[in-house]
Amino acid sequence: MTIGATIEAVPTELARGRGGGGPAPTRTVVAYGFWIFIISDIAMFSALFAAYAVLAGQTAGGPTAGDVINLRHVFIETVFLLLSSYACGLGALSAELRQPSRYLIFAALTFVLGAAFLFVEISDFVDMTRMGAVPSRSAFLSAFWTLVGMHGAHVTSGLVWLLYMAGQVVAKGLRPHVLRRLLCFSLFWHALDIIWVGVLTLVYLMGAR
Amino acid sequence: MLGKLSWAAIPFDQPLPLYAMGVVGLVIFAVLVLITIRGWWPYLWGEWLTSVDHKRIGVMYVILALVMLLRGFSDGIMMRSQQAVAVGGAQGYLPPDHYDQIFSSHGTIMIFFVAMPFLIGLMNFIVPLQLGARDVAFPVLNSVSFWLSATGALLINASLVIGSFARTGWTAYPPLSELNFSPDVGVDYYLWLLQISGVGTLFAGINMVTTILKMRAPGMTYFRMPVFCWSALTASILIVVAFPVLTATFVMLLLDRYLGMHFFTNEAGGNLMMYVNLFWAWGHPEVYILILPAFGIFSEVIATYSGKPLFSYRSMVFALLSICVLSFMVWLHHFFTMGASADVNAFFGIMSMIIGVPTGVKVFNWLFTIYRGRLVFSTPVLYSLGFMVTFVIGGLTGVLLAVPPIDFVLHNTVFLIAHFHNVIIGGVLFGMLAGYNYWFPKAFGFTLHEGWGKASFWCWFIGFYLAFGPLYVLGMGGMARRLQHIDDVSWWPLLIVAELGAIVILIALVCMAAQLYVSIRTRNSRRVSGDPWNGRTLEWATSSPPPPYNFAVLPRVTTIDAFWEMKRRGVSSVEPTYETIETPRNTPVGFIVAFFAVLAGFSLIWHIWWLAIVSLLAILATAMVFGWSENREREISPTEVARMERARLELARPA
Repeated sequence: MTIGATIEAVPTELARGRGGGGPAPTRTVVAYGFWIFIISDIAMFSALFAAYAVLAGQTAGGPTAGDVINLRHVFIETVFLLLSSYACGLGALSAELRQPSRYLIFAALTFVLGAAFLFVEISDFVDMTRMGAVPSRSAFLSAFWTLVGMHGAHVTSGLVWLLYMAGQVVAKGLRPHVLRRLLCFSLFWHALDIIWVGVLTLVYLMGAR
Repeated sequence: MLGKLSWAAIPFDQPLPLYAMGVVGLVIFAVLVLITIRGWWPYLWGEWLTSVDHKRIGVMYVILALVMLLRGFSDGIMMRSQQAVAVGGAQGYLPPDHYDQIFSSHGTIMIFFVAMPFLIGLMNFIVPLQLGARDVAFPVLNSVSFWLSATGALLINASLVIGSFARTGWTAYPPLSELNFSPDVGVDYYLWLLQISGVGTLFAGINMVTTILKMRAPGMTYFRMPVFCWSALTASILIVVAFPVLTATFVMLLLDRYLGMHFFTNEAGGNLMMYVNLFWAWGHPEVYILILPAFGIFSEVIATYSGKPLFSYRSMVFALLSICVLSFMVWLHHFFTMGASADVNAFFGIMSMIIGVPTGVKVFNWLFTIYRGRLVFSTPVLYSLGFMVTFVIGGLTGVLLAVPPIDFVLHNTVFLIAHFHNVIIGGVLFGMLAGYNYWFPKAFGFTLHEGWGKASFWCWFIGFYLAFGPLYVLGMGGMARRLQHIDDVSWWPLLIVAELGAIVILIALVCMAAQLYVSIRTRNSRRVSGDPWNGRTLEWATSSPPPPYNFAVLPRVTTIDAFWEMKRRGVSSVEPTYETIETPRNTPVGFIVAFFAVLAGFSLIWHIWWLAIVSLLAILATAMVFGWSENREREISPTEVARMERARLELARPA
């Protein structure tokens, strides 16, 4: 992917600040491309959010949002996820400082906190199943399970990715291409926080009333 | 073990699809035998199937589009023939069940597997060359994108003989597409194959945006980019933002069908109009994803063959950008009859008329570019002129449909069919064919035959008006779309005219095939240098076909129409000092991922759960193994670059 060779300064006035500097370094290209991917992911979530907003009141006589939401659990989930993101940020700093062992400690912390989030979420889903609040019960529950579950699925794939990257750090060390992927992982993990803030607001805070 | 799959899935009682697939199967078998006998497999595998070169991938995209054009056209002419014969007492030769599958697959194929791969292929091939870049930002991802598109195309053809395709139209509106009313695999084929190819399209969009924004040659500021690059950028931004909405919508419909959820059902609070809204929230931007690159191609073609810079470059760019934004604000005009209030309909009606304004700006820019130019009437120019006439007519009928009261009358009639074929054939397809004729020598080093190309253009042009002109009249007369049988005998004469139009288009396709055949046979007398048309932009600055690294030395850009400026100042004959060039190594990752995506898609359609899990895990494993690999780039040393460059200059020298 390193197509960009060394770039000389371009001698024209116009080039400066208007994108005339020639191909960007690989690290920029990779991170930028991943940003674009995250935008597309958020666009995907926006459709699920819209569907939830339309269907939130369509309970078909079944459980309502107030019945299925446990705000205490949601508070714990949110704390786990945000702390996980914080740990991920500390890990990214350690990686930039080329400290693999410190990176691995923070990666482990990121993983444990993310897994704890997922544990609480899944146990809430199990409780809902027990009380008959399954996705096929009503349009509201379909939208609820799909929106929250899609975020959970993203967290799950993030955990798998994190394990894989930890393996790369152990096996290869913090080489440039490993660092680029760690950067992408950090972007992904923080973007999941942003989506969670949307879920928290629209689904949980507005739903519990 | 095999889910819903059994021998009953093969339609032994319907001879037509079996014959069709028998013929296609024989052709494929003959091609495979030929490749094996000639010993072409190592070349094919090593140089094409595993290639990560944006030029090769672009060519493969265009081949996919041309092959699928034949399939999509066959569906089209079958429908026209059915409507031409099934009038009054006659029933025609297509039973309703089969006819419904044909109009559904016609739309799906033409949008997703002809128009999309054609324009993505041209963007893939041309954009890095025009930017003065050595490849796209993510070459391996590019290969994955292509192969996922090919996966979708394979699955839609498989639905012809294994099971059935959707009978819902290409939009698959619920509740008809829900499990209650479409219990068989048809809709599942539609949904899964579009999910898979949609991922490929999304990756292609991400790749293109990153390439255009981050990989341009030194000195190429935003306002020095060729207009085709701007059009590719706007179309790719639309892909990145719109396709995920389609993915999410199909996820919801799949959940309805597979897990009994209630997003779009009639019961338990589902809202089927939400599907229609979400579908067109993708669907309208999609219209502009298709047409914007075509606008870019016409801009390049007209400027080049007029020998003039494009008139009002900046207004062209701003028109592209404003269409990019406005395209998200008109989706409701696809269903004015939904029952929204008059205020809502009026808003979307007015927005739909406003979006015509930047398009009008472009038409005037093209006309003023031609004005006082020395226009060469080549095949691409004929397509461009044909486009300007045809597209303006299509745009005007679109403005008619944007008036809600008129739409209430014409909704779901063949007037609508005539309108969108007017803009898609007259706009998108003419654009793609103009680009195909214009850039073919860049890809292969020899030109296409002009005579056959012009014959093909005139057949397309006349055939289009014959086939779709009558539909405007019939639509005004109240003929609904998607009729398998025509009760009103007074419509018959015009339907016969439309059938004749379809036959003329068939001749156009034959001319295209003849053009390709004749050009390849006589290629040695058609060889050209890097710049056969006296071009203006950087793709003409390198040889035809370009070397794997495109440019031995990255060009320095100082103006719009960078290559024109270089020619004006004269090219120095001093050999430059070359640097080491890194190019990505070919890899079978894209092919392997697509192989398992075919299995995954097929097994999900037929509920073969174990195979679905295995193949999805195999895709994950492929990604992980590739992610672990090192040494993905090949270094070409300066001496080797110099040797390759000298050889190319030797070839380019006129004999």
